[in-house]
Amino acid sequence: MILRITYYISNTNQSAGGKTKKLHVRIYEYQSGFYKHLSIVHISSVLRMSAQLYKKNDAYSTSSGQLPDKMTIFQECLQQFNLSPVNAKKCRQLLAKLLRLLYHGEKFPSSESTTLFFSISKLFQHKDLSLRQMVYLTIKELSATSQDILMVTSSIMKDIQGGDLIYKPNAIRTLANVLDASTVSASERLFKNCLVDRNPIVSSAALISSYKLLPIAKDVVKRFTNETLETIQSLKQFPSNQFQLHEYYGSATTNLPSTSYMYQYHALGLLYHLRNHDKMALMKLITSLSDGSSLKNSLSIIQLIRYINKILSDDKSLITHLFPILSGFLKHKSDMVEIEACKTLIDLQHLINESDFMNIITTLQKLLSVPRTSTRFAAIRLINKISIKNPEKIIVVNLELESLINDSNRSISTLAITTLLKTMGAGTINDTGGEGVDRLIGKMTSLMDEITEDFKIVIIEAIENLALKFPSKHKRLVSFLTDLLRDEGSLELKSTIVDALFDLIKFLPDEGAKKLILMNLCEFIEDCEFTELSVRILHLLGDEGPNTSNPSYYIRHIYNRLVLENSIIRSSAVIALAKFAIVCGGDVSKNIEVLLNRCLNDVDDEVRDRASVSLNFIHNSRKDLIINEFQYDLGALEGKLTHYLNEAAFDNSFDINEVGVISSEELKSIDYNRKLTKLDSTSFAESSANERDAEDLTTNGKGGDDSNNDVANALLKQQEYAQQLSAIPEFESYGKLSSSSPASYLTEKENEFVVTAVKHFFIESQKLVVQYNITNTLNHLVIQDVSVIAQPDNELYTEDLIISLENLQPEQTGTVYVSFSTPNIDDEELLVAFGNTLSYTNKEIIDEKGNIDETDEGWSEEYQIEDLEVLAGDFVHPLYNSNFTAVYEQLSFEESAVVSLKNTKTLEIGVEKLLKQLNMMPLDGSEYVPSDSTSHTLKLFGKDVWGTKVGALVKLASAGGKVVAKVSVKSENDKVAKLVAESIN
Amino acid sequence: MGQVISFANIFGKLWGVNKEVRILILGLDGAGKTTILYRLQMGEVVTTKPTIGFNVETLKYKNLTLNIWDLGGQTSIRPYWRCYYSNTAAVIFVVDSTDKDRIDVACKELHLMLKEEELTESTLLVFANKQDQPGAMSAAEVSQALSLTELKDRSWSIVASSAIKGEGLTEGLDWLMDVIKEEQL
Repeated sequence: MILRITYYISNTNQSAGGKTKKLHVRIYEYQSGFYKHLSIVHISSVLRMSAQLYKKNDAYSTSSGQLPDKMTIFQECLQQFNLSPVNAKKCRQLLAKLLRLLYHGEKFPSSESTTLFFSISKLFQHKDLSLRQMVYLTIKELSATSQDILMVTSSIMKDIQGGDLIYKPNAIRTLANVLDASTVSASERLFKNCLVDRNPIVSSAALISSYKLLPIAKDVVKRFTNETLETIQSLKQFPSNQFQLHEYYGSATTNLPSTSYMYQYHALGLLYHLRNHDKMALMKLITSLSDGSSLKNSLSIIQLIRYINKILSDDKSLITHLFPILSGFLKHKSDMVEIEACKTLIDLQHLINESDFMNIITTLQKLLSVPRTSTRFAAIRLINKISIKNPEKIIVVNLELESLINDSNRSISTLAITTLLKTMGAGTINDTGGEGVDRLIGKMTSLMDEITEDFKIVIIEAIENLALKFPSKHKRLVSFLTDLLRDEGSLELKSTIVDALFDLIKFLPDEGAKKLILMNLCEFIEDCEFTELSVRILHLLGDEGPNTSNPSYYIRHIYNRLVLENSIIRSSAVIALAKFAIVCGGDVSKNIEVLLNRCLNDVDDEVRDRASVSLNFIHNSRKDLIINEFQYDLGALEGKLTHYLNEAAFDNSFDINEVGVISSEELKSIDYNRKLTKLDSTSFAESSANERDAEDLTTNGKGGDDSNNDVANALLKQQEYAQQLSAIPEFESYGKLSSSSPASYLTEKENEFVVTAVKHFFIESQKLVVQYNITNTLNHLVIQDVSVIAQPDNELYTEDLIISLENLQPEQTGTVYVSFSTPNIDDEELLVAFGNTLSYTNKEIIDEKGNIDETDEGWSEEYQIEDLEVLAGDFVHPLYNSNFTAVYEQLSFEESAVVSLKNTKTLEIGVEKLLKQLNMMPLDGSEYVPSDSTSHTLKLFGKDVWGTKVGALVKLASAGGKVVAKVSVKSENDKVAKLVAESIN
Repeated sequence: MGQVISFANIFGKLWGVNKEVRILILGLDGAGKTTILYRLQMGEVVTTKPTIGFNVETLKYKNLTLNIWDLGGQTSIRPYWRCYYSNTAAVIFVVDSTDKDRIDVACKELHLMLKEEELTESTLLVFANKQDQPGAMSAAEVSQALSLTELKDRSWSIVASSAIKGEGLTEGLDWLMDVIKEEQL
């Protein structure tokens, strides 16, 4: 007899002030393949902390930490500040209390704030230095909510001119808050003097204040350019006698730094904003500041590097000038600068060559062993980022990474492991590093006991990704995951593991892997304290189990649940069993019927209901009602429902048939894609966030378009398009929208008019609608009668109609639709390119409201924009399949071609280009190109709009800066195969 | 100890040493208020810009501590004068004697100000400023234009002055000190 005892502790009833902990113990007896549940013991122990004790521990709830009462302070302030003579000490204390309120986010209503402000302004009569400082701090805070703050302008300006150094910087900062567009010019001279002040603190204050004034008086601040330039290049030192030394420094002034050069950072920030619309001026600034010694402050160098990055993101051709500067910063005495340089260069990876890239790695390698934890963390984070796309490039640092596994900082050790998992994976492609994986897993196993769950979750995700990318290594990784599943852990941890295992079942091509995981999951639910996990696993068993070689094994485990578990789990077990009955048939079906009949006597009505419904379906062989062959596109369904509710036309019932249906195969593709993009998305999100930071502070970012989750979004987008198009009466007869391409730019993003185009295909009615989105960026022109002349180079395309745009105001985007009749797949030629010309009538804006002269006839003009191509990708949707080779073999028609890819220098670019052109799903991890190889095989799979499958096997070879592709396309339709093969260029 | 301090307080109160006397300098823009303030404080003529807000200076004059507030005279700032009226011992109203066009405006502002509750106890001193300029009205003419004679229940005086040359300022201030010592301390 084997006894099995499990226990767990739960927190229940978080009642006020106390916690109840419950110890659950379960005892099982193992009998012939079943764990028979013997008993459950609950030991409840109530740990109740007294409310008194609880309160004492909370530092913020004691009376000394409480904020002073707002109204009391307000009254006291008014009383004290209006006294004559002023009591400086009392006023200072009151101001401190007031500031504390303000810093805590308390706000006074405008009228009270103004009253306060006027009473504070009376304190200017007192000469006490510290009081004056407090006055400035307070006015600065109050300036946001008070009216008429300009009343202190003269007093502040006088202090800045002749006041004491102690409060001068405060005065400057406050002045910037007090000034408005009408008074700013009065202080111009004052600011200029302060900018070039020999004292770095005064200079910094003036620089920051100028920066703040930019939104209200850009013209005035522009005139500070020369002073700012002078400041950035000068050496300013703290006056040695100005401040009394704090005793901390002892008596020697030599302990004090003589300057921090912080003003350089501030000056650089201001200069950038004054010049960032003039690329040449900016380049000049960067060149003059980047030679070794001119910038001494690390932060300012980091900022400079960021500006360089910004420039490069706008104009990549400048890399030849700017690369030497960036690589110079790879060797710098400050860690921060080195990290920033590495970070920027990694983002620019595609622009630099291999050996230069190795320099980055060398720098990072060096930084991995510095004592400062934050530096090590930053370095390993960057290495981790590289490992996502190019794990082979960082194999050289494996040794350092391994030693970091035992780093005392858990964030670092976790990153080290996840990175190693990726580089190991890269190594094992050639099957030399198999040992490495084993060794690493050995190390991790010992580490797993020590680290917290958050880190475990990160590692689990990394392992899952590794297994997805390199299916051949799954055995070792799966067993690691299942070991982890058996250990103690919270719901979150267990869910992560179960999620990972689910994904592996879905996407690993190997049947053996599936079996292994399913068995482990079966074992897990025997002893699983989380109802939701049991339910999910039962659902999966119901989906996957019937198709395995020995369904009875799973049935036994599921039946155990019916005996041992709570009603929620029991009811899902019923459904799982029903699936087995309907799929397997025969004896299995009969046996299950017996089991289900027993469930009809269950104490819980949900279980009984499900059992009787299932029995009914089984008897009537309604397979479709038990097994989900397809599901609705949930995003689309939600959109439709919202639309339906908004229309409020409830006379017509909601038509579910309008909602797209996704087959389980397609659903898999979506999930798979989402999984893979998640790998890259972290880094992507980061860089786009950076870009947004760098946006001009005066222009509000135009709302970043979140293209991260592109797969899911593409579906939603298509739905949106379909709705827009169906609202246009001309297109009503076109029927169902088959596919919409992503928007492509037909102009540079900086042009006068920015045009993007989207291709909409209606395959059934043989129509193509091209949607041109036109943005007018000229702020002095309104354009009217806008249309696009699209000239197809294929005679089979004939233009039906144009929906032109009547009027396009500055900074607005409008849409022109051009509709064509298209040939069918059986016709001679399906591919086409359109030559596009924008035609419109110009009208000038004559007043500030944006009106135009009614009598102005304008003049018509034409504007050449780029061509728009229709490619095979427009007719294909990506489709996932876990076994490419087998599916590919089955496809009957083959077409092949050898093409030299245009404008393609590396394999990586080639792969990217092909994916874009063909819009097919890369399989078996073939979209990752190992960077040192000269040839690569890309496996692509998809489904065309006519419903046939298409696969492509592309062998790419690179030589002498050129990439040649040997393409074999196979499809169920010879025309499609030909179409795809022809469209590669 | 305590006795000594309280004794000193009483003594101080007698002579007005510890007491601060609050004086406002008001008037239309460009009348010369700021110039007068600094002429009094530093004894020299400073170059001034239109005051956006106020200037405040403390000076010792004849055993008294004077807290002199020079409020800006621009139209936009005049509404805020009233924020500084409380506890005011005296108002010095400065008039540009050459600006005949705006003397009516000055008169209106003056009488409007004097109606304020908080200023009922304050002494009024008017400087008919810019006497060094050609075409300046005399003190009597200014007095008439401002209808000073209509003022009841208030000690007032008008003095012809030139802030640039420093004439008339001490004379006016001396009168003011005498009245304040007599009436208010």
